[in-house]
Amino acid sequence: MILKSLEVDPKTFEQRTGWALKPEGACKGQVCVPLAADVSGAGKLDARLLSERLGMPLIRDDDAGVWCLGPEAMGRALTSARAPELTLPDHTGNQFRLSSLRGQKALIVTWSSW
Amino acid sequence: MWQALRNELHPKGLEIVTVALDVDAEAARPWIEQTKPNHPSLIDSAHQIDELFGVVNVPNGVWIDEDGVIVRPAEPAWPERDTPPDWQKMADSPDVPEQLRETLKLASNIRIQPKEYLAALRDWVANGKASQYALSPEEVVARSGPRGKAEAEAAARFELGQYLWRSGRQELAPKHWREAHRLQPANWTYKRQAWTLADPFQGPSELYDSCWVNDVRKIGAENYYPPLDLSPARTK
Repeated sequence: MILKSLEVDPKTFEQRTGWALKPEGACKGQVCVPLAADVSGAGKLDARLLSERLGMPLIRDDDAGVWCLGPEAMGRALTSARAPELTLPDHTGNQFRLSSLRGQKALIVTWSSW
Repeated sequence: MWQALRNELHPKGLEIVTVALDVDAEAARPWIEQTKPNHPSLIDSAHQIDELFGVVNVPNGVWIDEDGVIVRPAEPAWPERDTPPDWQKMADSPDVPEQLRETLKLASNIRIQPKEYLAALRDWVANGKASQYALSPEEVVARSGPRGKAEAEAAARFELGQYLWRSGRQELAPKHWREAHRLQPANWTYKRQAWTLADPFQGPSELYDSCWVNDVRKIGAENYYPPLDLSPARTK
């Protein structure tokens, strides 16, 4: 996720990365990683702490003055088989939530114009 | 492209969602409008699906069951075509621009397995959890792509580049994209996206260290898509 400062908004973090912030730490599926303190009610999170605890790369572009906090490096691309929530626009600009597919099977398939 | 299959399998309980990996959303829109799909057709400019689902190429498919649990992680996926394009014949045509000829020749040697893939998909739609192709959560995680430090940083570099590209700092993007290519050479969505923005034919450019033809030659066209692992689920 793109950051303009090292303060991370918890809601955006949860939506963008699929990690849920709970009293016991950051959780994805069955995996929970303790953070320094109970951050579930905190206003902002420190990107450096998240980077260190979850193994997320924190890369800065000095010219633009922005950071990117990447995904967790925990060995496999999926930390849990539970499908992460993802909201994307369709071609008319409407937002579509993958979780709205519950109750039916879904094949998510990528393509591109290139 | 996926419309016919969707029409066949939607009454049996499957929805198909297509996700276009295009930094420039306007590039994908005309293609979608032309095919008038009746299934969700989404545009993922930031390649979030690479990061969240481990997608590394197109077309790649992920299966999600009724409860929102992934039962097959990202792997090559093809809709059936009545008549696949004859790349070799196109490459031999005198009308083909020289710079495309090599690309078409390589494309004719790429291994695709639409029949096997669709047989597995139809089996899952018919049999659900009992299908031998529906994997347990543990196996889904284990069979998902590698994500060590290099792959995680590649994702961050790619996202940073696309953010800069889209926010009017296009000159700052290539250095991050080059890093993404170096760190995760097996991610073709990163490479092809960046090459396309430098040259629509994804040929050599001063910006990038390689191009599609050279990189496919290096690994061999038959390895462009890894072979499907359709071995039965080991645990249930």
